[in-house]
Amino acid sequence: MGNAGGWSSEALVPVVVNEYSGLTGKGAFRVEAACATGSAAIKAAADAVASGVADIALVVGVEKMNESPTPIVVEFIGRAGNYFWEFENFGLTFPGYYALYATYYMQKYGVKEEDLCEVAVKNHYYGSLNPKAQFQRRITVEECMKSRYIAWPLKLYDCSPITDGAAAVILASEELATKITDSPVWIEAIGVSTGTANLSKREDYDGLKAARIAAQEAYKRAKLDPENIVKQIDVADVHDCFTIAEIMAYEDLGFAKRGEGVKLIREKQTYVGGLIPVNVDGGLKAKGHPIGATGVSMAVEMTKQLLGKAESGRQVTVKNGRGLAHNVGGTGHYCYVTIYSLSKPKG
Amino acid sequence: MSQKAEFEAFLKKMEDMVAFAKAQFGFPILIDPRTGIVMWYDQRELKVKFIISVDKVRKFFEALREGKLLATKCKSTGRILFPPQADCPDDPKSEVEWIELPTEGELITWTIINVKPYSFSHYPDYIVGIARLPAVNINVLAWVKCKDPSKLKQGMKVKITVEKREPEGYLTYQIVPVEEC
Repeated sequence: MGNAGGWSSEALVPVVVNEYSGLTGKGAFRVEAACATGSAAIKAAADAVASGVADIALVVGVEKMNESPTPIVVEFIGRAGNYFWEFENFGLTFPGYYALYATYYMQKYGVKEEDLCEVAVKNHYYGSLNPKAQFQRRITVEECMKSRYIAWPLKLYDCSPITDGAAAVILASEELATKITDSPVWIEAIGVSTGTANLSKREDYDGLKAARIAAQEAYKRAKLDPENIVKQIDVADVHDCFTIAEIMAYEDLGFAKRGEGVKLIREKQTYVGGLIPVNVDGGLKAKGHPIGATGVSMAVEMTKQLLGKAESGRQVTVKNGRGLAHNVGGTGHYCYVTIYSLSKPKG
Repeated sequence: MSQKAEFEAFLKKMEDMVAFAKAQFGFPILIDPRTGIVMWYDQRELKVKFIISVDKVRKFFEALREGKLLATKCKSTGRILFPPQADCPDDPKSEVEWIELPTEGELITWTIINVKPYSFSHYPDYIVGIARLPAVNINVLAWVKCKDPSKLKQGMKVKITVEKREPEGYLTYQIVPVEEC
């Protein structure tokens, strides 16, 4: 069970869900890794199945953020860093943390607020094609530019929303999976890392080191060439909690060189049909970001894409049979990179 | 109106609607105007305030009172730790010593917090920045004292100074640009 909680009333979410779904008696636990909670829950279940401890596991990601009013939710997420040194005295917010990266990145590479808005435009476009997305309306760069500042230079349309949502996947051993379905999707590799709690202790502010480490680990385990990753996958869901985060993800994952991620969005290379389609489910930005559910919803989306079951207009061409989910917790405090594949992992 | 006042006015409005609903229907029920979903307005309230031990870094606060910013330094590796910590992460046997940080730095990045957390909603918009102290290669994150944020530039010279945070009335540190800002 992936659930961050705090803003919602139930404390023992796994047992509440078990009771509601007729699963009382089955083992359950809650996993938490900030916004990467869903991917952490998938990793816990995948490890249990891969090791033979469990034959089958149900991973549910759920978050009910609307049980608290917005200023309280802003407070809870702002505390997701180093509480005493960076929140207690300086009142950072989640948009604020990423805005520190945005300012640095924009100054270093000459990127404009309009460039960031292009990410929002793409993700709202794909949200309009995903019936499960929170935002169904397409937007323009002009609308994005006119939206109010939340944490300068990030505006309302640069930010993912407060969302209620849930997603679930079933992980099973090869033997059991082949009895349940004739089209299983494999978890080929998972890379995991953490970053410093204090943002002041980061080496640079134009990318997330935790994401780079997690990506390298995932590529190594899946025996992928990190220099040529876009040629080996068909689709990616990256953690676009803010527009700047998607651009940094392009670079951290090796889709673009450092400082050149912005070119991918300027040239529309992350749309369906481009170099590498990214967040064609709307991403966190338009699909919504129910914290504990997000990583699980990425698994659902990768499964849909690889099996050719995505809605018309947002289905990618599957050539390599491989999708990537990049799920960041906090501001690079946690990172999970998970590779989903139609083929059984080698070795 | 501060964001705190706005939020409290919003809560008051909700309380009034709930009082009406209780009198009319017998339950604290609200209809979400966006979704039409029926909501139960919680009748229990929890106030949370933490009492945090700072005993191992008490020297930091003693020095702050004298206008100095302290860090710790691992005796065996020489690594400087800020915010200070009492144990050395690279060498668990190593002891740390307290050192005074230089106050000269340069601004690396900043943001303006427009939408604030509830517990900061009584402040006007504030600037949070990160300054690098090149002499020790340490970054400090704090509020930036500047009336005109358009004057802030990456790499500009700044000083770290001690300030009294009001209205709470306690000492903390801030980043102050050397040039008029």
